[in-house]
Amino acid sequence: MLSSLGSVGGKSAKPSFVSYVTPEEIKSEKEPSRKEKHPDLLPGEVVFCSASTVLKYTQDDLSQRGVFGALLCTNFRVSFVSDEAPTEEMVRTLFKNKLYGENDIPLSCVDNIYGDKRKLITGGLVKNKYPSKIIIHCKDLRVFQFSLSFSKEEDAKKIFQGIVHHCLEPKSLRCLFAFSYCENTSYPGSYSYCREHLRKKQTVMFDSVEDWTQDMKRTKGNCRVVSENSNFELSPKLPQYFIVPTNVSDEDLTKYQGKGLPMWCWSHHSGCALFKTASIPLVQEDNVCCRMLTAVAHNHLYSVKTEDLSDTLPTVQDILLSYNKFKQFFLIDNTTEFWMSDMKWFSSLDNCGWLDIIRQCLQKAVEVVESLEKENTNVLIMEEGGSDLCCVVSSLVQLMLDPYYRTLLGFQSLVQKEWVAGGHAFLDRSNHLHLKDKVESQSPVFLLFLECVWQLQQQHGPAFQFSETYLTVLSDSVHVPVFTTFLFNNDSHRDSLLRAESPHTQRSPLNCPTVWDWSVQFDCKAQDLFTNPLYTEKPKQDTSVRKSYRPRHLRQLSLPSSAFKTPPKKGFFKDEADNLKKILGVKRLSRWMLSPSSDSPQTSSSVREFYEAWQTKPLDYHGLLLPCLDGPSIRVWMQRYLRWIHDVQILGGGPVAMLSKVSEILGEVQELQRQLDRHGCTLTSNHKGARPRAKTAAAVIAARSSVRLSSSFPFVTSRNWSFKPAIPTSLLQSLMVTGIPGNLADREDDGGPESLV
Amino acid sequence: MVLFLTGHYPIVHVFCNSVDSTSTSRSDRSAHAAKTPYAMSSDNVSTSTEFSPELRVLRDSNKEEPQLLPKESVQDMAKDVTYICPYIGALRGTLTVTNYRLFFRCMDREPAFVLDLPLGVVSRVEKIGGASSRGEVSYGLVCKDIRNLRFAHKQMEDSLRKSIFEILMKFAFPVSNGLPIFAFEYGQVYPENGWKVYDAQAEYKRQGIPNESWRITKVNDHYEVCDTYPSNLVVPVNIPDEELKRVAAFRAKGRIPVLSWIHPESQATVTRCSQPMVGVNGKRSKDDEKYLQAIMDANAQSHKLFIFDARPSVNAAANKMKGGGYESEDAYQNAELVFLDIHNIHVMRESLRKLKEVVYPNIEESHWLSNLESTHWLEHIKLILAGALRIADKVESGKTSVVVHCSDGWDRTAQLTSLAMLMLDGHYRTIRGFQVLLEKEWLSFGHRFQLRIGHGDKNHTDADRSPVFLQFIDCVWQITRQFPAAFEFNEYFLVTILDHMYSCLFGTFMCNSEQQRVKEELPKKTVSLWAYINSQLEEFTNPLYVNYSNHVLFPVVSMRHLELWVGYYIRWNPRMRPQEPVHQRYKELLAKRAELQKRVEELQRDVTNRSASSTERAGSPTRSITPVQTFV
Repeated sequence: MLSSLGSVGGKSAKPSFVSYVTPEEIKSEKEPSRKEKHPDLLPGEVVFCSASTVLKYTQDDLSQRGVFGALLCTNFRVSFVSDEAPTEEMVRTLFKNKLYGENDIPLSCVDNIYGDKRKLITGGLVKNKYPSKIIIHCKDLRVFQFSLSFSKEEDAKKIFQGIVHHCLEPKSLRCLFAFSYCENTSYPGSYSYCREHLRKKQTVMFDSVEDWTQDMKRTKGNCRVVSENSNFELSPKLPQYFIVPTNVSDEDLTKYQGKGLPMWCWSHHSGCALFKTASIPLVQEDNVCCRMLTAVAHNHLYSVKTEDLSDTLPTVQDILLSYNKFKQFFLIDNTTEFWMSDMKWFSSLDNCGWLDIIRQCLQKAVEVVESLEKENTNVLIMEEGGSDLCCVVSSLVQLMLDPYYRTLLGFQSLVQKEWVAGGHAFLDRSNHLHLKDKVESQSPVFLLFLECVWQLQQQHGPAFQFSETYLTVLSDSVHVPVFTTFLFNNDSHRDSLLRAESPHTQRSPLNCPTVWDWSVQFDCKAQDLFTNPLYTEKPKQDTSVRKSYRPRHLRQLSLPSSAFKTPPKKGFFKDEADNLKKILGVKRLSRWMLSPSSDSPQTSSSVREFYEAWQTKPLDYHGLLLPCLDGPSIRVWMQRYLRWIHDVQILGGGPVAMLSKVSEILGEVQELQRQLDRHGCTLTSNHKGARPRAKTAAAVIAARSSVRLSSSFPFVTSRNWSFKPAIPTSLLQSLMVTGIPGNLADREDDGGPESLV
Repeated sequence: MVLFLTGHYPIVHVFCNSVDSTSTSRSDRSAHAAKTPYAMSSDNVSTSTEFSPELRVLRDSNKEEPQLLPKESVQDMAKDVTYICPYIGALRGTLTVTNYRLFFRCMDREPAFVLDLPLGVVSRVEKIGGASSRGEVSYGLVCKDIRNLRFAHKQMEDSLRKSIFEILMKFAFPVSNGLPIFAFEYGQVYPENGWKVYDAQAEYKRQGIPNESWRITKVNDHYEVCDTYPSNLVVPVNIPDEELKRVAAFRAKGRIPVLSWIHPESQATVTRCSQPMVGVNGKRSKDDEKYLQAIMDANAQSHKLFIFDARPSVNAAANKMKGGGYESEDAYQNAELVFLDIHNIHVMRESLRKLKEVVYPNIEESHWLSNLESTHWLEHIKLILAGALRIADKVESGKTSVVVHCSDGWDRTAQLTSLAMLMLDGHYRTIRGFQVLLEKEWLSFGHRFQLRIGHGDKNHTDADRSPVFLQFIDCVWQITRQFPAAFEFNEYFLVTILDHMYSCLFGTFMCNSEQQRVKEELPKKTVSLWAYINSQLEEFTNPLYVNYSNHVLFPVVSMRHLELWVGYYIRWNPRMRPQEPVHQRYKELLAKRAELQKRVEELQRDVTNRSASSTERAGSPTRSITPVQTFV
């Protein structure tokens, strides 16, 4: 009796996978149209197979109702085309991706496929059988559930095998959609126009000597641009163009296939710089290692710190393992499962370690920032390969130190510089090709970087010109196999493939869009959501400068002073250089070579002090930014991970409620500014000065303020949702009581211990 | 400036000698500004004025003594006291104790370090160990606001002289020492009498009561039916006062079901009460059954009544042993009973104790989230929010009336009804509306603040103490986080309410019931917290507030969206400096807009002056004086 009273919520918590719609019901309900349905195919897109009368479950519904339609597999995507005519509201979805819709899954976005009884399906295993129900987990965290039991057996078998084949089995790079897409679009033309445009004012691609020279000049670096590898003669593993310390000789360049070459990343205004390198194989260690270190040290004050990231940060495998656990929390098949997992949410989150990995990367970056900013020493970070955690750490360091990289174009240039030109093996890390021998190398390193950026952005919103939505979209775009940005392992790989695939023989390589050509995916209005309304422009007085231009006394302010007991390391001078060489000769690089006293715990406490000293100074959004690394400050990227889960959508709330208000008033301010300009014109009778009406995100959001927005804005619109709150459905109490000490739970609310029941 | 550089912003204070309320507001503002330091673009006009009050505090803090409030007097002062700060380390300075506060100041540091807290937040003072090798005695102060303070001073050579901490004990626990609570002495005059914020009749009138189904009864005018209830009660029209008395006999402590809120359209109601006195034998009361039927009948939209029992069903059943219990569905024909599984005050107290261990003074680097989970604090918050959500959902979506109770109906019941009302009625999301909500659901309906907080009482182990109200405010904060534009007040408002619940500066949270407050003549003898708050509303206003008053808020009660309230529980840790960049940015934009509007107007005046006769482009400039409206 009691138990039945115990929880009314339990009524809805019954196992939910029982109430299939029977075929008879379908007939009476709706005659599925026999006509073949297609999505609007993209240029170069070909349908491989299809099945009609497939039921797509609406996952946000306990009753397991669904929509009938056709399921197709093309060379680009798995697509579900509903039999129901789209309502007008659905047509004008706000944040529509031009390449794929809400019921499309690009093939490389498929993460895992499950069959009946949630059995994981692997390629090659299936012959004649097919499951009645398939669940597709996507890399952008969507979950699709399809029932094949109402389709013709032949169709069902075909579509199942097709999907499995194209999503899970090994294929060659040339089969990726990008190649047929680019061959078949008129895009190359407009693209080359865009490229010209990019050259002038936009994302710096770092595919020319000029780009590198300019970036070095911008940061006042004093290193050597290497163009000897423009045809990959030095090494196909090295970038086409790169920068090394001036002391690196031509001989060194050719000798070691790039390994151990210190590559310049960024110069601090004090003159010291950040370099990264791939670790050197043990045999060759002594000689090269020493010469390279000396070369780096020569850059500024003969000082250098080295940091082997392989020793101190998780490996790419650790990262993958942790992320695989983490993502499971968000790939929700049904509501009951969701509320069950809600109870142990915090400890599960803790145990998967993902937030901790983010924290470690940020912490490492802060350590490097400290060396550059406080001690003014050169820093050389290294790891095997030199293009994974080196990219994460070096990019984060630059984001913290250099406000240029916190602008939208600056950030894109940073990704080009450190990741694309920097030779991050995007193809191997994403394993789009499902190659068996590459399974080991798969790892979401770039996503880890975006996660770290998101943390910084959460903590210091007004410092970033781009929005959270921008980062989320960027993380999704990695799995859309159209952009050259994410399809290759390095420059030479990209160059050789694009050249080989070009229809115009050897002349010009195939022109494919980069991810930065956002108009390929989104129209202008949607792109407005990429900018952060909280961003405060740099004060006008010093638009063209970095921090070096700040007056002396201001700089002192931003530097921690009395809080530090240890005086800044001075580096060492000529006669001490021999000493260094001796150390090097004897030992493999130890961490933080010049301050051997600072081992791990001390480093971390030093970072704490560095943070605290920075924190007591007034915050300058255009100066140095440091993240708070304490437990409560490192958070889950809600927008990315929770956007598809119906039960956690906050209707009428979420950050958008706040941002739309800010956008609104920003729009008003801009409007007033325009009026002022116009008046100025009237007064001086100069009509040319009137600025064209700039598009703002304000307009976009404000225009929709009448619509009920939710916390998953702009990814999901609230049209389908009933206005009913999600009420937790689980046996909350029974589990919790176990955690309550003694018999407190049984006590009466009033009176002392004698009234124990 | 001092405050924020040291990272120790003491509890918000009203430093002033005079009756001048502007100086009150300014020093308070400084304490607030100290919590949200920022450096912004130079084109923000207001920056310089924002910072100036801080300089004032800096100047003030060069004195060893605090600025005293009216009727505040220094009781003792000791030099060479060491404050052992968990973040900075040992600090040597002067300690002052007044009849209201503890004030510690260290002059050796630049900038000077100041610790300033009302004695009301002190829960316990204990001497730690004996005299140490250095001849020092050490004292620990356990505070109600999630921190502990540790002091040490030289052993007194003159053993006759009392240690300053003995004086402190005396004034920290006035009730135990036969002294008046400071609120009864504090005589600050504010422009508004805060005791007038809540007028029960006016509030019921706002809700449309009396109406054809509900009436206001005077049966409890002299608190004779129920001494823990207010004098104004709303009951169904067709139940005469005599029957009410019989119902009272069947409800614990005489707390009969009365109306808290009525839906303006559906007429579905939220009513609250205590448990029925069912007992082991399953006693029934025809009057009570008829009464609940009347509540159901008052709502024509539904033929059902939901009874939400806040307790876990096991506890509700166990209450039968003591004569209490819950409504059986046999006796109450059209009622459906739901247990909300919220635990009792002892469990909550224990949970907060654990939470304090986890967050103060430092957060352990590893396993922060697991440690947080092990306190169960957010789990309790989730259950309370989930309960309130179910109530709000039944009333709003189900158009069904609900009855809410726990055992006595003054702890969990108050949490549930007030949170549900906050979700359902936008009026309660304004600053004044929220004050009304607290006055009504918490104060007038007898949440026992004196017992739950233990104002001025040294008996810190009292089993009646419990953070029930803190939990409620935490729940409110969780909802404001999910709906950042739906509340007129900001986080600082919530923190201020909590701080002054402990501070004993205002009379608002004194006593246990309306009857006691009337008896003690609180409105006459003390100042209301609302007088202070309403004298400087700007401090407490959320600039992003959008008044969508007819909008029901359904917060998401998943752990995914619940967060530990860092700005309250971890505010003493200087590393976790709270940030309000959005609000800051918004205020900047407002200033910018005002400036631009002014300039536009000036220009327009210029234009009209120069070309009094119209030009070919006239129309637009003169008409566009207020382009602002186009967006709003």
